[in-house]
Amino acid sequence: MQTVFSIAIDALAYGMVLFVISIGLSVTMGLMRVVNLAHGAFAMIGGYIASYVARDLGLGYAVAVIAAVVITIIIAIPIERLLYRRIYGQPELTQVLMTIGITFCIIGIANYAMGPTLKTIPLAEPLRGSVDLGFRTISIHRLFAIICGLAVALGLWFAIEKTSFGVKLRASVDNAAMAAALGVRTEIVYAISFAVAVGLAAFGGVVGAELLPVEPYYALRYMVTFLVVVSVGGAGSIPGALIACLLLGAIDTTGRYLMPEFGEFFFYLAVIAIICVFPRGLAGRVK
Amino acid sequence: MKKTILCALAALALSSTAYADVIKVGVVGPFSGPFALQGKNFKAGIDAYMALNGNKVGSDTIEIIYRDIPTADPAQSKALGQELIVKEKVKYLAGFYFTPDAMAVTPILKQGNVPMVIMNAATSAIMKTSPLVVRTSFTTWQTSTPIAKVAFDAGVKKVISVVSDYGPGIDAENAFKAGFTKAGGEVVESIRIPLATNDFSPIMQRIKDSGAQGVFAFLPSGPTTLGFVKAYNDNGLKAAGIKFFAPGDLTQESDLPALGDAALGIQTTFHYAVSHESPENKTFVDAAAKAIGNKAELSFPAVGAYDGMHVIYKMIEATGGKQDAEKAVEAVKGLSWTSPRGPVSIDPESRHITQNIYLREVAKGTDGTYINKETQTFEKQGDPGLAAAK
Repeated sequence: MQTVFSIAIDALAYGMVLFVISIGLSVTMGLMRVVNLAHGAFAMIGGYIASYVARDLGLGYAVAVIAAVVITIIIAIPIERLLYRRIYGQPELTQVLMTIGITFCIIGIANYAMGPTLKTIPLAEPLRGSVDLGFRTISIHRLFAIICGLAVALGLWFAIEKTSFGVKLRASVDNAAMAAALGVRTEIVYAISFAVAVGLAAFGGVVGAELLPVEPYYALRYMVTFLVVVSVGGAGSIPGALIACLLLGAIDTTGRYLMPEFGEFFFYLAVIAIICVFPRGLAGRVK
Repeated sequence: MKKTILCALAALALSSTAYADVIKVGVVGPFSGPFALQGKNFKAGIDAYMALNGNKVGSDTIEIIYRDIPTADPAQSKALGQELIVKEKVKYLAGFYFTPDAMAVTPILKQGNVPMVIMNAATSAIMKTSPLVVRTSFTTWQTSTPIAKVAFDAGVKKVISVVSDYGPGIDAENAFKAGFTKAGGEVVESIRIPLATNDFSPIMQRIKDSGAQGVFAFLPSGPTTLGFVKAYNDNGLKAAGIKFFAPGDLTQESDLPALGDAALGIQTTFHYAVSHESPENKTFVDAAAKAIGNKAELSFPAVGAYDGMHVIYKMIEATGGKQDAEKAVEAVKGLSWTSPRGPVSIDPESRHITQNIYLREVAKGTDGTYINKETQTFEKQGDPGLAAAK
């Protein structure tokens, strides 16, 4: 029984970290219909900024998180205006080629500017160490990641479903020409959504850095994981992504505990099975 | 008179082209991509050696030609090796970070009449694929065997081994198991985890549940190591008194700043620590740090490359700059010298380097940086892996 609880809490923590990092990609792919392979690159930029602010400038974790999100968005604005705007509504292959190119550029720049070594983000004092839950110990940072995941999920769900901006966004996604005709400034809606997605990527990069350490190849190394979460969850669906992360986290963690030598076999088996049954993902909408 | 001077000049020009050759050395390594840091270390070691010893052997000038192979890719490695031999006419091949890359090139050495000096690739079996291979790095068997004795002597009788599921990981698992059971201990469980593991909490839980007193781990350096060591601390294994043993790949110097306090006290065995105390090492570290640009990026492949250059210089000396692979390899068999890592020699039979293996503990140096502090020396260790494979 103890083992079951133990696996459950590991699965929850891992799933939530996955969620925080991947949800931004779900927004760009589902709501903006852009296959943004540079998502990991933005997460990495966030991680680097947080590391620089917290470790080299010594400004503390909270400042680092805010700086990472804000500066990454500022960096992304010219990229959106100059590059992404051209690929909205283009065929997927064009989008893939463009965004993977951006990823390679960012990897090269990061390698040159920050060096090839691992960068860590020193945690705030209250987040360090671990707590005893009675049946096992878990690092406080994991609990923090779980809370962050829940907060992000709730916030996004509220913004998309309950605010007027959410209505405009959904309208622009469903039929951009019609929305524009009705007075929705789709360009601005897209720009804001893109900024939010990039901000979430940066936030995820920082919060997840304990599990996925920041180094130049971060951008490519974890891309498959992000894409799997989005495709299993159904692009653009917040509850879908949440369920997908918890499910995949649980399968991966259980498999790793009981049969580590099978590697990621169970993880990908589950992915194949889910995609066979739900080709558009767990909560994907039919076009 | 004019004619004589002209003749003399012509003779001089002719003779100098006849004797002062440019000898090309082809170096294959990961100079871009995820392992670029290790390639940078190759270059730093080579540059350091040439800065200290000049770029001439006799009257021959040494020229290094670098070829980039970002990840383990045997086909590409073979193509690069052929290109270097046929087109660039290199007389020596060197470098090779990954075992498969080295193995892909060894079959063409004889035909090309070119010796190969391996500066990293650490699988025992490479040496058997060609008599023209010499290695100046280490093998996983060589560095993992002494830690078994250390663990047993520390009073640990039951150990669980956790390795990444790939060649060197399996080598490490076997080497530790062989050494530890020979000493009288018991390996209660051997876990192999996929290379692409990010979350190590479940593994830590399994280590706890196994009832072992210590854990032996081998993972490739970089992000996985960081995650593993963090999980070891966060899940209370360190607090529970479960001891941590590993070969030194896990605590390579360039990763230590990122590992930070989490790594303090971890015991590893390895052939080289940047903090090794000797005049030779001081000279080497100064020169290599200058070559790489940032001392914090210096790591073990640099010393493999530095000693590899030493071997190549000796080969060129012995052959007088002529291309004779067999004679060159023959000349360095049994060669012994004082490397930055301590006294070393080339074992005449296996052509692998015999060297001291050091037990080290991660500690804070006097200047506040983290170092691998050497606490014990296992002298003149050969490669037990070759014997085990027989």
